This record gives sequence, C-alpha cells and structure tokens, in this order.
Amino acid sequence: MKRATLSTIGMAGTAAALMFAAPVLLSAFWISVLIGAVTTVMLALGVGVLYWRVGLVSLSQVALFAVGMWVTMRVGFATSLPYPLLLVVSGLVTLGIGVAIGLPALRLRGIYLALVTLFVAQTVSIVLGNLQFPNGGGGFSGVATSISDSKLARRPSFAGADVAYLRFAVVVAALLFALVWIHVRGKPGRAWASIRQSEAAAESAGINITVYKLWAFALASFIAGVAGGVSAGHLGSANPTTYSAVSNILLFAVVVISGAVSLWGALIAGALKDVLPQFFDKTLHISERWSYILFGVGVLASLMLSTRAARRKGVSW
Amino acid sequence: MVMTGVETGRGLHVRELTVRFGGVTSLDDVTLALPSGTCGLIGPNGAGKTTLFNVVSGFVTPVAGRVLVNDEDVSSMSAHRRARWGVRRTFQTEQAISSLSVFDNVLTVYEHAGGHRRSSRDAVMAALEIAQLDGLASRPVGSLGAGERRFVEIARAVVGSPRLILLDEPAAGLPDEETARLAGVIVSIPERVDATVVLIDHDMSLIQTCCSVIAVLDFGRLIATGPTADVLRHPAVRAAYLGEAA
Repeated sequence: MKRATLSTIGMAGTAAALMFAAPVLLSAFWISVLIGAVTTVMLALGVGVLYWRVGLVSLSQVALFAVGMWVTMRVGFATSLPYPLLLVVSGLVTLGIGVAIGLPALRLRGIYLALVTLFVAQTVSIVLGNLQFPNGGGGFSGVATSISDSKLARRPSFAGADVAYLRFAVVVAALLFALVWIHVRGKPGRAWASIRQSEAAAESAGINITVYKLWAFALASFIAGVAGGVSAGHLGSANPTTYSAVSNILLFAVVVISGAVSLWGALIAGALKDVLPQFFDKTLHISERWSYILFGVGVLASLMLSTRAARRKGVSW
Repeated sequence: MVMTGVETGRGLHVRELTVRFGGVTSLDDVTLALPSGTCGLIGPNGAGKTTLFNVVSGFVTPVAGRVLVNDEDVSSMSAHRRARWGVRRTFQTEQAISSLSVFDNVLTVYEHAGGHRRSSRDAVMAALEIAQLDGLASRPVGSLGAGERRFVEIARAVVGSPRLILLDEPAAGLPDEETARLAGVIVSIPERVDATVVLIDHDMSLIQTCCSVIAVLDFGRLIATGPTADVLRHPAVRAAYLGEAA
C-alpha cells in the first residue's frame, strides 16, 4: 500500500476517533480541550504551508485567527447567516488581510519577514484591544456596555452541545486538510517545493515566485480565519490579550517542533499546544508553564533533526 | 579568424552587452552570435561566462545591450517569463528539487512553461528519454546520486518547447563514464528538440565532442568565436585559456 494511502487512512481514523471514541471516553473538560486542539491543528496547518512548504516565516497567523474570531462573532450577531457561511466569510476577510500583508512583505525573507509579520500581529493585537470582541452590542464593534446585555457568540443550530461542536470542528478541519492536500499534490505544491529549494531554480522553471508566495499566504490566511471562526463558536467570548504577539511565536515554535513537514505535523502541533499543557496541569499536577521549556528544547531538536530529514527525504504527505 | 560581426536569424545573439558589479566590469561591450545547434562558451575563471548566462536568462540586468533569441528581443522579459518563452538553463550548482520525484521535477517546468495538461505525461516522458532517465521517473530526486541529478536538470531544460538551452558546467564533478554519457545526451538534444544549446564547461574534450561553434571570453571581452577547431588553434585563445605562449 502506498504511503499516501496509509497516511489518508490514518488521518481518517484519527478524525473518526475524535468524533466518536473521544465523546465516549473523555469528560466534558477534555472534550473542550480537544475542540481547542482542533482549532490549533487548523492554524498549524496554515503555518505549516508557509514554513515547511514554501520556507516563509510568518508570525501573524494567530493575529489572523483573532480577526477571524472577531468577524465570525460580529457577522454572527448582525446576521442570521448559516454558521458554515460565517466561517467562509471570516476566511475570505482574513485572506484579504493576509494578501494585503503579503504583498509588501514578500519582498522580504527570513528574519525580516518574521519581524514585519510580528509587527502586524502586534498591531492587530492593539486594535483588538481597543475594539474588544463583539458580545451582541450595537455599532461597528458590536460591544454591549452592560454585562446584562452581553451575549455569547452563537454556534451552528446542529452543533450546540460540546460533543456535537467537536464533531463539527473535526469536519471543518478535515475539509481544510483536503484543501491543503489538493494544493500540495498539484501545481501550486510543486511550485512551492521549487521556491523552497531555490528561488533562482524556480524562476528558471518559469514559476512566478511572487504569485505563488502570495498564494501560500492567501491559503494560510484563509485557514487562520476559518479556524478563528470555529474558535468563536467554541469559546463564545474572548479576551484580546490572549492573542498577543507572543502567542504567534509560541504557535510557530510548536509548528517547528511538530515538524509539519507532513500534514501529520499539524495534528501533533494541536496535541502539543493544547493537550500537553492541560495534561501537565490536570493529570501530572505540574504547572503548564513547564511545557514551554519542553517547547524550547523541542525547537532545538527539531531544527537539527527534521530539517536534515526533510532535505534528505523530501517533504511528504 | 576572430569574428565579432552580428548576424541575425536563429540562435543566440547578444549585442553590445555591458555588465558592471560596482566598479568591476564583468562583461565589456560583448557582441556575439551563436547559431542554432550546440555551441560552446569557454574562458578562464572570472571571464564572464556565467554572467553572460545570467543576463541571457534574465537574472542579471545589464548596464547596456540587448539579448535576442531566434531574432526575438527578450531583454525586457523577467527571468520567469523568459523561461516560459523558452529560455531554459541549468546552474553550476545542481538545482533539481530534492523533495519531488524525477517525473514531478520535469512536470513542474512543463506546466509552468504553459504546457497543456493533456499532453504533460507524453512531454515529460519524452524529456526523460532524451536525458536517459526514463527508468527513474518515480524516484525521489533526493535519493539520486549527484550525477543522476545533473541529468534531471537536463530533462527539466529540454521539456516542452525550449528555444534556447543554457548548460552551465553540467559535467562538473562527474566521473569520466558519466561525462561520456552526458556528451551523448547533449549531442542528441538539437536532434530531438528545436532549440539552440549553449554549453559552458572546462572539459575541453566535452566541448570538442558536443560543439561545432565556440566563443571565448577573457576578462569580460569576447576574444574569439567560430568553428571549434579553428578557435582552439587561435593564438590569443591558446594564450588566454589554454596557457600557451601566443
């Protein structure tokens, strides 16, 4: 059996386990943790496209995630659009913002691109800090001043309870994986592989580097927006300080550790970022902050091991 | 013997090309005509050979001068547009994509050069046959040896409808038997593809085997061009490149 087929079966098995086995085996607390982990998986998928497929270090994905949350909440309160459509709207808004960031930023590489995107993340964090997340109020920001008037962001009518919402989140994640898979296996994926290895060789193959880098930025931004939309329904309300510039760096570190060189890496990233700290806290009774030290060690190990492996074996599905 | 007049027609023509990097003049008013077929470009290290390739393929913008391929002025095209139009090249450092299969490496060039999806399989297999790689189509390039990877680059250069193929030291680091195989591949290209091939290499036996016409650069200037045997007997060439007294 081909490796790609085995991988697809493994992914389908993981999705089925999350949708049907987890609700039977786990408490309500861990179901909520898993929903958060699934949104992180989506985010990591986008960061993985940028970093492992194209070689771009973007530190603005969590900021775009927060924008996706904001748009889903605001449009959700203002309209009766079906929830899946809300996610698409959020994805399209963040796609537009991602392209707007990408156009000037793509002339930069490496640490310079990282710094510019980190600056953008900080700007978004400041704007959201002033704007606050909508809670059913009026005006552009949709923020109600009194607590009695505030509401939680809505969920899809068919997924009101946490278990149903976990299943909904897994389906959305599966669709995003399929979207990325189609890209990676097709013309854009081959162009990205070329750009990642050598921009000169890519150009000599007729590849328009700007277009394909921007394409990757747009795809990752869309994914971040949709993931933010899923998180909006999960959390109901949010504090802007949660989506600081530091959380962008942490996400990037997790993606590097998980080695999202294959799409499996995104799953590992979700487990590392959301499940591991809670496992430390609730099961081992050790402060979750210790998991951050593990991340640091993991980044070092990953940079030494997985990059070497990627060069030797190639990026795979 | 030294011919610097510019003819027109098929092949590569550069006119009054000057390239400067800061205060260093890498190409100094070079005017050159290389006809269709396989031509060589030789000269000592630092003569400006790769710079000339970089200008022709659109990676370096000259201070002055024009580049014509088959009478078409490509000077204003960006590098990727030139590649799509038919100016293909390899690099001194091998650049095949390690993470893709041999087939996908060649397909990448074909699909970005405007090749039709329906004919892609046939076109890629034809290119692999020219490069003598037809048995390795599904192998990841990362698993190939350095020699085979050179041949992958050649398959990438010949796929589809190239008009000009620039091979920059393709024999560098190859053992003798691989170089002989490479010579066979290079000689077969103009028979299979309607393109002009220009070859840079320091292996003079490879140049003599493959090239009917050569041009010689020295310190950024063209010092000779013409039939290979005649040029290699020219005293200025022997002094500049072959290390013999003029």
